[in-house]
Amino acid sequence: MPLDPQSEVVLEVRNLTTTISIRTDEFAAVDNVSLSLKRGETLGLVGESGSGKSLTGLSLLNLVPKHAARVAGGAVMLDGVDLLQLSEREMRRVRGKKISMILQDPQTSLNPSFSVGSQIGEALSLHTDVPKKGLKAAAVEMLRRVRVAAPEHRVDAYPHQMSGGMRQRVVGAIAISCAPDVIIADEPTTSLDVTVQAQYIRLLQELQAETGMGIIFITHDFGIVAKVCHRLAVMYAGQIVETGPVERIFDAPGHPYTQALLGSVPKLHGQQGRLPSISGNPPALWNKPKGCKFAPRCPLADTRCHTEEPPVYDTPDQDGREHWARCWRLETQ
Amino acid sequence: MKRYILIRLLESLAAIFVITVLVFALTHMSGSPVDALLPQDATQEQIDALVSAWGLDQSLPRQYLSFLGNALQGDFGDSLKWRGYSAMGVVADRLPQTLYLGGIAVAISVVVALPLGVMAAMRKGGKLDKAAQLFSLFGQSIPQFWFAILLIWFFAVALQLLPTSGSGSWQHVILPAIAMAWFQIAALSRLTRSAMLEVLDAEYVKLARVKGVSETRVVWVHALRNAAVVPLTYFGVLAGSVLTGSVTIETVFSWPGLGWVAIEAIRARDFPVVQAVVVIFALIYIVCNFLVDILNAYIDPRVRA
Repeated sequence: MPLDPQSEVVLEVRNLTTTISIRTDEFAAVDNVSLSLKRGETLGLVGESGSGKSLTGLSLLNLVPKHAARVAGGAVMLDGVDLLQLSEREMRRVRGKKISMILQDPQTSLNPSFSVGSQIGEALSLHTDVPKKGLKAAAVEMLRRVRVAAPEHRVDAYPHQMSGGMRQRVVGAIAISCAPDVIIADEPTTSLDVTVQAQYIRLLQELQAETGMGIIFITHDFGIVAKVCHRLAVMYAGQIVETGPVERIFDAPGHPYTQALLGSVPKLHGQQGRLPSISGNPPALWNKPKGCKFAPRCPLADTRCHTEEPPVYDTPDQDGREHWARCWRLETQ
Repeated sequence: MKRYILIRLLESLAAIFVITVLVFALTHMSGSPVDALLPQDATQEQIDALVSAWGLDQSLPRQYLSFLGNALQGDFGDSLKWRGYSAMGVVADRLPQTLYLGGIAVAISVVVALPLGVMAAMRKGGKLDKAAQLFSLFGQSIPQFWFAILLIWFFAVALQLLPTSGSGSWQHVILPAIAMAWFQIAALSRLTRSAMLEVLDAEYVKLARVKGVSETRVVWVHALRNAAVVPLTYFGVLAGSVLTGSVTIETVFSWPGLGWVAIEAIRARDFPVVQAVVVIFALIYIVCNFLVDILNAYIDPRVRA
């Protein structure tokens, strides 16, 4: 569904950098990432595995794996507050309440030892003033909102008694239980089968329409991106290499990496040869190219691409909506 | 849950039955008690009289049934070594002391090992973790009797804080209980640590943090409940072995427990006492494991189904 152009920005990420330490060195796995999200908007964050999508999501919650990684710089502004400046105690009051997350695998993301009702109720008891006795009823209501059949019975069920699709709905119920402004959905449908996937995506869209929450949808599936996202941010080697409205990027991708990604999506019509794949692998964290990070795999790269990092080039569409990419070839356009 | 408990109960009863058969069979395979009871130069009449008096001339199943009937009433016959006492009397006389010492040792093990394991996992690679690791290494590699002697030397002889040996007051139980718990703490804390490490990486622990759950609650509720199954299962073995007494500890501390009785009875071929001891030990093991099974089911809903 189209986004109201008057919608206000709810989340603004500026120059977010998260480093991973390997022995004594630190490497930027999330490299100067900036993005913004409006109320009711869905922003797709796409890229290959290892491009830093999930780590970006966790960085927004300041929940990167301790010891191995740390958020090294930048700002995550939510409702005018920089989440990265909050103490752990203050941040706990934000997590689950103002910004929440749906994890990838519903088989493992629910605690096997607690009933789903109590797992939903826990978030409510932490962030709302629902009395202890009312938690179960509130959990039933949440299950109803995510369209779980017979919620009065399911509320006492344990995760192992539910199907994958149902569990992912429960994870969704936990995420929306405190009416957050932003939900980060980290490949929420990857482990679901295709029909269940479609239902789940519809559910997320309905919930978004009801609550007006912004969604950051992390995925590598362009089919889903086309269906649910308003805008897109393409990640490569920890950087956002292109961002813009979905239709715009599908029609006129600015970055060769985006073009290559779109080229490897099967099409329903037209000639159907062997799907092109991008040759080579993303660079290792400790061995990133000096210039454009994509240059070693880029069919269009010239000498400058290998030596100098390209700046961001704006190529707004006719409505003036933001669209930019990091590629030297855009310099002349 | 009720069904699960019932099934476990029936399994326990079956195990007890099998043990009585084994106890009966083993004592019969180890030679005739007549040889042990009568002098070398006993006449055939004396032997025959004893055989029929003890019912050894009857068929084995019949002998077993009368053994079982008596055993159910706690009657294993009279002790051959401790004359004038029934076999069960000898065991019942020592059992409370063994359970007392074992119970305290079990309590110390759990109270120390569980938090130690959890905290070591929380600070993996940290100072506490390294200290716990060293502690475990010593716990599992130092012989129990030697550690017991060290304890006596330090606390009883050098500091004169506690009695060296014997029983009677609450001070007497401290050193033997610590000596017994030592090894168990080492094993139990390592198991808890590794189980916790595995669980702390789980996605549902991440989800709990995403919800805004405090780190304390994440560790002690969300993670520990799932990690507990491993140490709990070992706890069944631990409780069984500690509650049945330890010959080493009882010898070093002159503690009047069952472990020592068991060894003495075996050496004297005191079959009635051996049988009584073995049956009681088996019962302790079975009860411990039954309780552990129930606890497991309570903690992990997947076990209940």
